[in-house]
Amino acid sequence: MVNLDSPLTNEKVWKILNQIPDPDIPVVSIVELGIVRNVENNDAEKWIVTITPSYSGCPAMAVFREDIKTVLLESGAKEVELKISYSPAWTTDWLSETTREKMRKHGIAPPETNSSQSVELFADSKRKITCPHCGKNETHRTSQFGSTPCKALWYCDSCHQPFEYFKCY
Amino acid sequence: MNTKEALYNFCLRLADNNIVLGQRLAEWCSRGPILEEDLAMTNISLDLFGEAESLYEYAVSLMDNNSTADHLAFLRSEREYFNNLLVEQPNGDFAQTMMKQVLFSAFAKHLYEALCNSHDETLKGLSAKALKETKYHLRHSSEWIIRFGNGTEESIRRTQFALNKLWRFTDDMFVMNDVDEELISMGISFNLDDIHAKWKFTISEIFAEANLQIPDANNVITGGSKGFHTEHLGHLLCEMQYLQRVHPGATW
Ligand SMILES: [Zn+2]
Repeated sequence: MVNLDSPLTNEKVWKILNQIPDPDIPVVSIVELGIVRNVENNDAEKWIVTITPSYSGCPAMAVFREDIKTVLLESGAKEVELKISYSPAWTTDWLSETTREKMRKHGIAPPETNSSQSVELFADSKRKITCPHCGKNETHRTSQFGSTPCKALWYCDSCHQPFEYFKCY
Repeated sequence: MNTKEALYNFCLRLADNNIVLGQRLAEWCSRGPILEEDLAMTNISLDLFGEAESLYEYAVSLMDNNSTADHLAFLRSEREYFNNLLVEQPNGDFAQTMMKQVLFSAFAKHLYEALCNSHDETLKGLSAKALKETKYHLRHSSEWIIRFGNGTEESIRRTQFALNKLWRFTDDMFVMNDVDEELISMGISFNLDDIHAKWKFTISEIFAEANLQIPDANNVITGGSKGFHTEHLGHLLCEMQYLQRVHPGATW
């Protein structure tokens, strides 16, 4: 936990934000996802956090907008301002290998391609995603859309388990 | 018309396309042919609502008139909506819904691709994001159209019927007016004739895979971007705007 007695520093704010989970993938934080783009304070009292939306209509955005304000105010910030930035657009390329491994352990297959080579028409229908349960790649897509905007539904023909694939974006 | 007014109007046109098509897709909720498709159509709907919201918010920020994104969505009448006629057409059967989706997503893809080079930074950022989502929408609907076109006699009949029925609304997406003229001159938007050519190429490729015949253009109608609509938009807005009309300012 973060020591609340000493004043907030930039580094400490990042650490605090790194404890906010993504509501859809609780093992990964909003910092690890790359949602938080910048943290600054214009004077000692007010912290300005710049975030970028993952998916346009992602309902989770509303949740962590509130979460960011709440945790920073609880940690001693007098005022918190949220700024939204659209450029550069959020991409799954920003996910680190550590974050991808966390997803895998949670049963979600992380994105396997680079965003620049994603979703060309007719392109990857033959593509196989590695099963996060057994590590084999005899898998097939059940649906391009799943329980949340970021995930597709896949099925493993080797261990016969369904799994979710975090779409390349 | 000055640049700001043109940009405002253009953002409404884009946002209105998204919200109207999003509302149509949401009508499928709990009625999808299979569970996965029910999820897919509502997922796409959610993307479209999200894109609309960001565009409305940007539009509001351009004008100092105390308007809000909700106000734009829920308190304008059909004559103040600038969406294209295609997206407001009723869902029909699943083949018609997917056909509408292909025709629109291919247009949106090429338009957003162009707008990624806009001189307006916000529009550029919003388009880069929407483009990623639109590519998934296009792939989804084109896979269905190709499957139907190579399927049974019944699926081929319904899919060709859908194309014949919706074709006359497609020209409307490429009609330009003084809004486009102003934005093109400022490097904010682009010539829709160029988008039309790219769109034609993409959908021809899909329809060739699906063995579908592009019909002759008969009874073409346009007018969406000027606020002239088919009878269907009013009914759609009645349902979508009901709550805000009956309980003005309601929040939850
Ligand atoms: Zn497996």
